[in-house]
Amino acid sequence: MTCAEAEIMLHALLDAELDAGHALAVETHLASCPRCEAQLQAYRELQKAMPAARLRFTAPASLRRRIEAALPAPPARVSSRRSVLKGFAMGSALSAAIAATLVVAVIRTDRDERAVGDALSAHLRSLQGEHLTDVQTSDQHTVKPWFNGKLEVAPPVVDLTAQGFRLIGGRLDYIDGRAVAAIVYRRRTHVINLFVAPAASPGRSSASIEKVQGFNIRRWDTDGLEFFAVSDIEAEELQEFGAKFEAGLREVGRT
Amino acid sequence: MMLDRPQRLTLVAASKPAGKAPANAGVDDDDKARRFRDAALPHLDDVYTLARYLLRNGADAEDAVQECYLRALRHFDTYRGPAMKPWLFAILRNVCRSEFVRRSGVALTIDGRAEDDEDVVPLWQEAPLSPEANMLRQWDAETIRRLVAELPDLFREVIVLREINDLSYSEIADVVGVPIGTVMSRLARARSLLRKAWMDEEGART
Repeated sequence: MTCAEAEIMLHALLDAELDAGHALAVETHLASCPRCEAQLQAYRELQKAMPAARLRFTAPASLRRRIEAALPAPPARVSSRRSVLKGFAMGSALSAAIAATLVVAVIRTDRDERAVGDALSAHLRSLQGEHLTDVQTSDQHTVKPWFNGKLEVAPPVVDLTAQGFRLIGGRLDYIDGRAVAAIVYRRRTHVINLFVAPAASPGRSSASIEKVQGFNIRRWDTDGLEFFAVSDIEAEELQEFGAKFEAGLREVGRT
Repeated sequence: MMLDRPQRLTLVAASKPAGKAPANAGVDDDDKARRFRDAALPHLDDVYTLARYLLRNGADAEDAVQECYLRALRHFDTYRGPAMKPWLFAILRNVCRSEFVRRSGVALTIDGRAEDDEDVVPLWQEAPLSPEANMLRQWDAETIRRLVAELPDLFREVIVLREINDLSYSEIADVVGVPIGTVMSRLARARSLLRKAWMDEEGART
């Protein structure tokens, strides 16, 4: 083996890439050639002086987030959204246009936004077909026990008939992939769905109202529960409903 | 780095038929996305590291890595090997190359070197005469990274693939799209250049 060959091959020896026969050939040359042997030692030193750990970069967290956001969502989330969409596919009363805009609402990534989208979807579903209530009664003492054993939480039920919001019943529904209570009220000819779920995160103190696709949605948190009131009544009326419900709840707590 | 040679790995990946998605594409997509995450995301730091050395710029590297992952996801259906990491590297390398061509309009290396320069200069530029001459000053991480980053493209990438990512010669050959013999000679040349730069750095500081 010539020095020119050995100069290349000694790197393969260093990287343990040679089979036994070639390794022996290189080693034989090195044993009789101090110059090539010195090179091997020099490159061994170089390799030791540049450990991979010191050469590596760490991908910025922002890059990781960007890539994860660009990938399709993980299965759990997707399936919960899909179940909502499936609900739409089954309903026939809705126009395709509404369904299409709802898809946009439903696939907004933020968890809060998703919950709002789901609440609206559930409200719309309840207005189609015959499934507004599972338990139909104006008696709050019938509605509340009906949820026992069906949910992780015991939703408060307040009769607001005297205040102009007639309790007509309750049913189970789904928001953000979880079973929630839907308490149904009627204001004149309008339906109000009040969804009650365990609060995802504590800290939302004040109520907020937003208008999504022509519907008003009032959200608030009380005692670890999250409330979504959805209806096509005016924002002021829905605000009044929410305030009266909260007042009624405080009164129930006192007695 | 910017070669005109065809790339075996990515050509395989790019040969995906452009047919219609099957009816159950939704379920498949969920599963595919999950498998892709599990297989590809653990290599993000390695892919980013290679991009940093290939492009020598943090912002460009981020863009290239993101594009690499999107392309990889698109071709994941047809992925049958090699190992995930070299596969991602080959895609990244293509992304970097097309980005470079787009910017400059020519398929030269970043350094403007012709490719065959690599065999012209003799390897051993400064023969050490004593064991002491083999001793190398220990540089901090920042200096080592700079010395590697300053190597010409062709040599920089084999050093990064070998020393940082621990790829075998045959994996490097697949990623770069050259025969193993070329990998070996480039690596020899790369180490020779790096060692010289290493010692020059010492001279420059004293």
